[in-house]
Amino acid sequence: MNKKSFGNKLIACPYIVWSAIFIIVPLVIMVYFALTDANGTFTLANLASLGRYKKAFAISIVYALIATVITLLIAYPMAYFMTKLKIRSQKMIMLIVMLPMWMNFLIRTYSWITILANTGIINSFLQKLGLGPVKLINTPGAVILGMVYDFLPYMILPIYSVMSKIDNSLLEASDDLGANAFNKFKRVIFPLSRPGVISGITMVFVPSVSTFYISQKLGGNKTMLVGDTIEYFFNLGPDYYNVASAISLILMVLIMVSLFVMNKFSDSDDGGVII
Amino acid sequence: MKTLSRLYIGLILFFLYAPVLVMIVFSFNSSSSVWVFEGFSTEWYTGLLSDDVMITALGHTLIIAALSAVISTVLGTAAAVGIMAIRNKFAKKAIMGTTNIPMMNADIVTGISLMLLFIFIGKLIGLSESLGFVTVLIAHITFNLPYVILSVMPKLKQTDANLHEAALDLGCTPVKAFFKVILPSISTGIVTGLIMSFTLSLDDFVISYFTCGHYQTLPIIIYNMTKKSVTPDTYALSTIIFIVIFALLILYNMLSSKNESKALKRRV
Amino acid sequence: MKKILTFLLCLTLLFSFSGCSYYSYQYFDLDLKGKYTKDLAGTSLTVYNWGEYISDGSYDMLNVNAEFEKLTGIKVNYLTFESNETMYSQIKSGGVSYDIIIPSDYMIERLIKEKELLEIDTAKISNYSLIEEKYKNVFFDPKNKYSVPYSVGMVGIIYNTAQVGNDIDHSWGVLWDKKYKDMTLNFNNPRDAFMTAQMYLGQDLNSTNKKDWDKAADLLKKGKNNLQSYVMDEVYGKMETGEAAIAPYYAGDYLTMYEVNEDLAFFYPQEGTNIFIDSICIPRSCKNYDAALMYINFLLEPQIATANAEYIGYASPNTAVINNPDYYYYKNEILYPDEKDIPKVQYYHDIADEIRMHYEMLWCDVKLY
Repeated sequence: MNKKSFGNKLIACPYIVWSAIFIIVPLVIMVYFALTDANGTFTLANLASLGRYKKAFAISIVYALIATVITLLIAYPMAYFMTKLKIRSQKMIMLIVMLPMWMNFLIRTYSWITILANTGIINSFLQKLGLGPVKLINTPGAVILGMVYDFLPYMILPIYSVMSKIDNSLLEASDDLGANAFNKFKRVIFPLSRPGVISGITMVFVPSVSTFYISQKLGGNKTMLVGDTIEYFFNLGPDYYNVASAISLILMVLIMVSLFVMNKFSDSDDGGVII
Repeated sequence: MKTLSRLYIGLILFFLYAPVLVMIVFSFNSSSSVWVFEGFSTEWYTGLLSDDVMITALGHTLIIAALSAVISTVLGTAAAVGIMAIRNKFAKKAIMGTTNIPMMNADIVTGISLMLLFIFIGKLIGLSESLGFVTVLIAHITFNLPYVILSVMPKLKQTDANLHEAALDLGCTPVKAFFKVILPSISTGIVTGLIMSFTLSLDDFVISYFTCGHYQTLPIIIYNMTKKSVTPDTYALSTIIFIVIFALLILYNMLSSKNESKALKRRV
Repeated sequence: MKKILTFLLCLTLLFSFSGCSYYSYQYFDLDLKGKYTKDLAGTSLTVYNWGEYISDGSYDMLNVNAEFEKLTGIKVNYLTFESNETMYSQIKSGGVSYDIIIPSDYMIERLIKEKELLEIDTAKISNYSLIEEKYKNVFFDPKNKYSVPYSVGMVGIIYNTAQVGNDIDHSWGVLWDKKYKDMTLNFNNPRDAFMTAQMYLGQDLNSTNKKDWDKAADLLKKGKNNLQSYVMDEVYGKMETGEAAIAPYYAGDYLTMYEVNEDLAFFYPQEGTNIFIDSICIPRSCKNYDAALMYINFLLEPQIATANAEYIGYASPNTAVINNPDYYYYKNEILYPDEKDIPKVQYYHDIADEIRMHYEMLWCDVKLY
């Protein structure tokens, strides 16, 4: 008998059936739509027509990459500094970081309009200082800001949870062995926190690359990210289910490929996501 | 260094809370604008009580979140235990790979693929309306499941198998051994999974958007509102939700730290 | 009795003090009990309408759906959409069902063609006679079998005189004028956005020549950089606060915005514009046909139609509204211009699928430009 089995494998059956019906089958249907035309005959035309939306893919990837890098740069020191606090304060700050996640992200994103608008908080403040209005809203910068803002906790939390588990004696040992701060970071802290970074990156990149709300609200509908394109077509009706499915399929492949690449960097064996 | 790091933490927290602050301030606006603050008023809070649409949607959201969290926790915990018992490496990998899909995949892809499935099934059995309560519940359970499994699984791995065997040796039935020995040791994982499911479900917009039909949850209503002119009542509702959750978290934190110090004392 | 009434009146005055109490019509005497039965009480009715397109009880005005519920005991499940296309996709998906929808002319034409609508027995709608003759038997429903007009309107340009002054070209060209860079908005749906360019180019809005649409798309691309953003109903917030200075939108909405910001002014562009009729229809998926007929009749009730017309600010096809001197927009020159002031107008028609899909794709190109 397997040493680590506590129960019968049969009790996984309901779940296995569930995941087959509600995870696998929907994707099969989506692939079917992507590879057929409106009459249900096989075609590659949908996929071939996607060249038209290559810019949507390109800007989605670029925006998401920028947002991911910025989030990482902000979150990493944050997580590190958090581990230096007293345990109680650490817990408290964790809660405070997580709290906005319980609030509707649509509302949080929408509030940024009030802050960034031409007549918004920042610009009225600038005006009082006698400075001209700065164009903040409806720019790529605002969209990226929205992504950074909305997904920052997803970066902080995994990095923090990995870092807080780093054994202090390792750090002391490296001190004892004469490592300077930089070397300590490079040889001990960073390698040990890498799994957290990897999951943070995936948890920020994936929702950023596929978002459709942030770009609409903060970008003034002036461009179409992949998510917007999919939403646009789905909202035009069944005529477009095929092409929308094709775009979704490519988006999924893109995400799976990037996850695969990320996994190569990770040592973790169960999929790389640590929460 | 210490002050610098505190300053940094403070700055990031400010960044995270700036929009929340804006929201709270404008929920007290006396005019219907969320752009220009004209004066203090609580009319949006009192008005909220009579806003059927919002209250109904809040009800929907809570029902879906509670149901989907409980169902996916039960289903997911069972799945985690069962998967651990599977010895065939390939089967195990295939199942775990499938489990990861909804978590890894973009929400929009999950939402659309589920919608296509529901519509397909609806047409198959001749429903005039295939989207609604059931479909949004199924969708939420589906995307919650992997989180439950992944928070229970590590705890199962950490559990000492000898404990289980000892219980069996002492004459427990396997079922009793599971409830007496295994369940307590994985309970933190289960609770984490439950809370996470509830949270994810509460906040989900994208997947609900494609699968909810007329059973509109709060995020859907908010989405529709942000398509026209948002009035401070949405902010008022969010503020209330914020404060409730804030209070609950503080309470939870206080209780858990109390328990911890108790446990510490006992150990001493 | 009189004392109580006065007291109530004072209360309502007090509460409406901060809101908009400029509407003239009195709603206290809504008495339709004799006309509607409670036979269908307990059933429900799903209504799918444009956003901001019914008097919903805000600004102390009549809550149409609540009144209907009170009167008939039928539960109204009210949902909104923001474009004809979104509505269409919902209808066609088969995922949801509706009992009442209120699309525009060209969309009704398309839905009729695709057999998505049920016939409406106007004989059972006693108030149908109130509809003005010129709105009956219009091109999209020549025998008036499927639709009952709800409201009508034209598109024009709203501008903020505090920001751009009174001296503004009455032309679609303002959307492309470098002077107004970052101050202008445009529609966030393909049909209306293309209309602005087509009008400027002097094209037929229903052109079957793909080249025309390509030209319009090129013009839209050229103007995109000049634009602040593409909007639908977000236009309210942006124009009312002065966030944006120029926006093409529906005339009726201008009147609503004007109540908030008196700096706003409006014109119909000299090149001509789009005119539309939004009508009430019953889709194939309807589950409560009798309640739907009752609801349509209710919407045509003089008091209800007036409340709606005052709330949404669009022109009404209902003679009981137009000829009511107490109606807030009675003889309003923007909604009901004199014969000589009516701009050159064109309706949208349902276009062949090939052309329609062509411009729907072009819209992506414009956005991605």
